[in-house]
Amino acid sequence: MSNWKKLVIEPLRKTNPVTVLVLGICSCLAVTAQLKPALVMGASVTVVTALSNLIISLLRKGIPNRIRIIVQLVVVATLVIMIDQFLKAFAYDVSKQLSVYVGLIITNCIIMGRLEAFALQNGPWESFLDGLGNGLGYSLILVIVAFFRELLGSGTLLGYQVIPQSFYEAGYQNNGLMILPPMALIVIGIVIWINNSKTETK
Amino acid sequence: MNLFSLFIKSVFVDNMIFAYFLGMCSYLAVSKTVKTSAGLGLAVTFVLVVTVPVNYLINKYLLSPGALSWLSPKLASVDLSFLTYILFIAIIAAIVQILEMLIETFTPALHSALGIFLPLIAVNCAILGCSLFMQERGFGNIGEAAVYGLGSGLGWLLAITAIAAIREKLRYSKIPKGLQGVGIAFIITGLMGVAFMAFMGIKI
Repeated sequence: MSNWKKLVIEPLRKTNPVTVLVLGICSCLAVTAQLKPALVMGASVTVVTALSNLIISLLRKGIPNRIRIIVQLVVVATLVIMIDQFLKAFAYDVSKQLSVYVGLIITNCIIMGRLEAFALQNGPWESFLDGLGNGLGYSLILVIVAFFRELLGSGTLLGYQVIPQSFYEAGYQNNGLMILPPMALIVIGIVIWINNSKTETK
Repeated sequence: MNLFSLFIKSVFVDNMIFAYFLGMCSYLAVSKTVKTSAGLGLAVTFVLVVTVPVNYLINKYLLSPGALSWLSPKLASVDLSFLTYILFIAIIAAIVQILEMLIETFTPALHSALGIFLPLIAVNCAILGCSLFMQERGFGNIGEAAVYGLGSGLGWLLAITAIAAIREKLRYSKIPKGLQGVGIAFIITGLMGVAFMAFMGIKI
């Protein structure tokens, strides 16, 4: 009981793949200008991490050590193709927004990292939970960054106007810089700072 | 589009790191000293120059809708584009492996300089990303694809060498405890990105 809790909860804060281990940054930042693509991206990565961990863990005794990387890449690529086709069918506009970044889930280091570090040594159920936890930890950071970027950059959340009109009349302006790529890096730097100083004091 | 402006554009304006955040993982992990980051940058450039044109050919003659019509007109309606990811990544992994073997046999000196980085590159997002962008933008011929690969690689080399130089100096400065290491590297990259945005207006 406590074991599965540990596997899912720990990656959210203590061993967060993005802020602590610094994996999977690549695809993480480009999709965070708005909240909606960030949510979709987080969900896709969680699904791929959990399922690929499960599959590799089931296959782990049959994979020769020398060619394991290519086997892992094939499994992950197949899952990503399925996600991509699914998004194209059911959420076309989001899939257009994410463009190449869906494909880049394949080279997301979180997935390869978890496969190498966890799924090759552990049973299917634990691996599945570990993948789930890490995927959720990744999504958490994605959503935090996207929340601030969309709120400060366009004054909306999930496309709905949040900052009231009276603010604009009083002279408030959206910070256009928040939508541009460099601010994603700065926001995540600050998130890491806060996270690090919190975990240190405990 | 003429090749020169494509080259300048892919180095400075569409910089892989500052505009698309591709290859950030190794960018942050390896950028501790200038020497190793220049080595990795060179290896990435090298692999990009080879893989992007090859993937261009794969895309043109195998994957894009109706691409198989050169085999027989009956196949003109076949669309294999859903296989893009799996084929591109397989090609990249294979090319990296072949390059490593070739370099090891013919130029041992280069191999000892690049050696440890080459296997890492197969899972570098910049490589796959560059091929996917190439496919998305639909370049007209193989020359453009090669120049795009070269430019993106050099842009990446430029970015990683610059941040490594800054991080070497950073060791002597006082940084708040929680921000040390990765945190400050992110913020600096962000500021460098702001500086690179100045190139956006360039028209050649």
